[in-house]
Amino acid sequence: MMMRLWSEATVGGRVHNRCCTPDQMADARRIASRLGIPFHVLDTRDVFHDRIVDFFVEGHRQGVTPMPCMECNRHIRFDWLLRNALALDADYLATGHYARIERREDRFALLKGLDDAKDQSYVLSVMGQAQLSRVLFPVGVYPKPQVREIAARFGLPTASKGDSQDLCFLGDGDYRRFLREHAPEIMTPGPIVRKDGSVIGEHQGLSNYTIGQRKGLGVTAREPLFVIGMNPYRNALVVGNADELGRRSLTAGQMSWVAGSAPDGEFDADVKIRYKAKPVHARIRLLSDARIQADFDDPLRDITPGQGAVLYCGDEVLGGGIIERDAE
Amino acid sequence: MNIPRSIYLDNAATTPTDPRVVEAMLPFFGEIYGNSHSAHSIGQRAEHAIEDARERIAKILACSPGEVVFTSGGSESDNLAVRGAAWWAREHGGRTHLVTSPVEHSAVIRTVGQLADLMAFEQTIVPVDAEGMIDVEVFADSLSESTALASIMYANNEVGSVQPIPQLAEQSHERGALFHTDAVQAAGQLTLDVQTLGVDMMSISAHKFYGPKGVGALYVRNGIQLVPSQSGGSHEEGRRAGTLNTPGIVGMALALELAYQEHDARATHYRQMRDGLIDGILATTSGAMLTGHRTQRLPAHASFVFDGVDANMLLLHLDLKGIAASSASACKTGNPEPSGVLLAMGFDRKLASSSLRLSVGVHTTADDVEYAVRVISECVEKVRKFSHRG
Repeated sequence: MMMRLWSEATVGGRVHNRCCTPDQMADARRIASRLGIPFHVLDTRDVFHDRIVDFFVEGHRQGVTPMPCMECNRHIRFDWLLRNALALDADYLATGHYARIERREDRFALLKGLDDAKDQSYVLSVMGQAQLSRVLFPVGVYPKPQVREIAARFGLPTASKGDSQDLCFLGDGDYRRFLREHAPEIMTPGPIVRKDGSVIGEHQGLSNYTIGQRKGLGVTAREPLFVIGMNPYRNALVVGNADELGRRSLTAGQMSWVAGSAPDGEFDADVKIRYKAKPVHARIRLLSDARIQADFDDPLRDITPGQGAVLYCGDEVLGGGIIERDAE
Repeated sequence: MNIPRSIYLDNAATTPTDPRVVEAMLPFFGEIYGNSHSAHSIGQRAEHAIEDARERIAKILACSPGEVVFTSGGSESDNLAVRGAAWWAREHGGRTHLVTSPVEHSAVIRTVGQLADLMAFEQTIVPVDAEGMIDVEVFADSLSESTALASIMYANNEVGSVQPIPQLAEQSHERGALFHTDAVQAAGQLTLDVQTLGVDMMSISAHKFYGPKGVGALYVRNGIQLVPSQSGGSHEEGRRAGTLNTPGIVGMALALELAYQEHDARATHYRQMRDGLIDGILATTSGAMLTGHRTQRLPAHASFVFDGVDANMLLLHLDLKGIAASSASACKTGNPEPSGVLLAMGFDRKLASSSLRLSVGVHTTADDVEYAVRVISECVEKVRKFSHRG
């Protein structure tokens, strides 16, 4: 099954969506034909637009940096699609994600893919037992070159295709342009401020910046300045020096737990705060079933509200949530 | 997931080629390979076969052989009729108005649209009623002294409604306009007697009546001139350039003969199967509604809409249960649009995205119908629960 997701129809007069092009669809169709399995395209445009694209725009409106891929896995792939597959009497939904599912005595565990460079467990941390029991990740146990080798052996036309990247619904991979066109009101210039509120410059719209960014701020100061926060209420971009960039703790909400419920009390875990970040050791405290606080041993930079905070114990995903903005 | 059985209920899309037809075609891939346009005797053997086929087809159409033009299929026949007659009429008499309906096959409606957009023809799209039928008076009012051609399909491919062709043709002639009908869906099921129908041109396609794909014909009444829409050699008396498809034409002739020799038995069988589907589905499936005319419809054709059901999903479910069916709103690339035919009939966009067409054939059995009714009823319920906003 292939999902026809919502995407921009044209960019610069060119039909160009990244994942559901006629070419990509023809590839998928040829693979299914080579494997001798039925192939169907599901019209997922409406639900994807409502749950993911709107979520992405709304997140930026709230001054956070949203993770649409995680949300897509939560609401579309491992909910909408999985439910549809099961309704079609499928035994399992198999996808091409780089992660592993292991059957333990009493539960299913979600593990990192064997190929660390390709591991996608971060965006899969929204899965629970109901999902893991009916999903297969066949490629998660191979390094990517070996996956390509197997694909070539079976004569699959995509054996040597480039890896996919960026947000699938963007025509050109440029989310700033997308926001300018689809939500121009949130791309309005505003003040650049220090933590103490002093105004030191003007920014070009909050969504143009990310936490930790240093270049392109257009302010001069004696020391290097970094983006350390955003205040959507004042439409202010908060900057600070390298010392102000690092933080010792974060809170995350909308936690989902792979095992179905949170571990008891306080515990240790490795926390991954971005898709490409390295997991960092932290002490985790439950604030409620759906919220945690993670305290790090050393100040950690680039903690970005809206991104996922995913908890690992070694290779195993314990759960994940969304990094919250500091209380203002 | 094992596919329990395979039931083909999409005979309006295409039919399996009759083995007797395949048998008759085989020599023309081998020993009788000549080009019917060649002067030598090897070419003449092919020519004889083609002219024999032309005569046999003409007999069924109640016309003379010279009035049958061979083409590559229904779309080409429609193109030749509409484009060829429109161009000729403008060059010889200055008529530049075209009349058609919103429920035509795209080969007609897009050709008329292109003539209007690029070549300054005027077009009138005559409305249809909630059953997809054209009102003869409304149609007559759309004609004028400048109308070159009216093209109205004999029987609709999506909802099966059969139009009052003799009356529409008569009205056209009263205004001095030509009348063409796309009979691609009707061929094999309804009479193709052009004298009864009163049409000037008529398109048919072999693969809809158990003949091969890639071959069709256009009936063109004697005396009507066409500008060839495909120019080149002087085949088919200058009306259609291109080497003739000998095996296809031979196959089409036999398939058409068989369809009308066996017409009564086939039609009775079609009606039984079709009514089994219609009665069964309307009785067991909630929110189901028959589309098209209840009685003025093709004997092999049943079509429905299902309130709150995404047709694309329904087809997927049916396919995995071994039932091949179709929907105008479904689309292999996952961006379905509501059916233009149903919108023209006054359905809202949601219902127009929930259509299912079941077209039975000579191989359909009562068991198939029973199974299909049961599975469709189950799948409709299932899909309704998993609607888009799920």
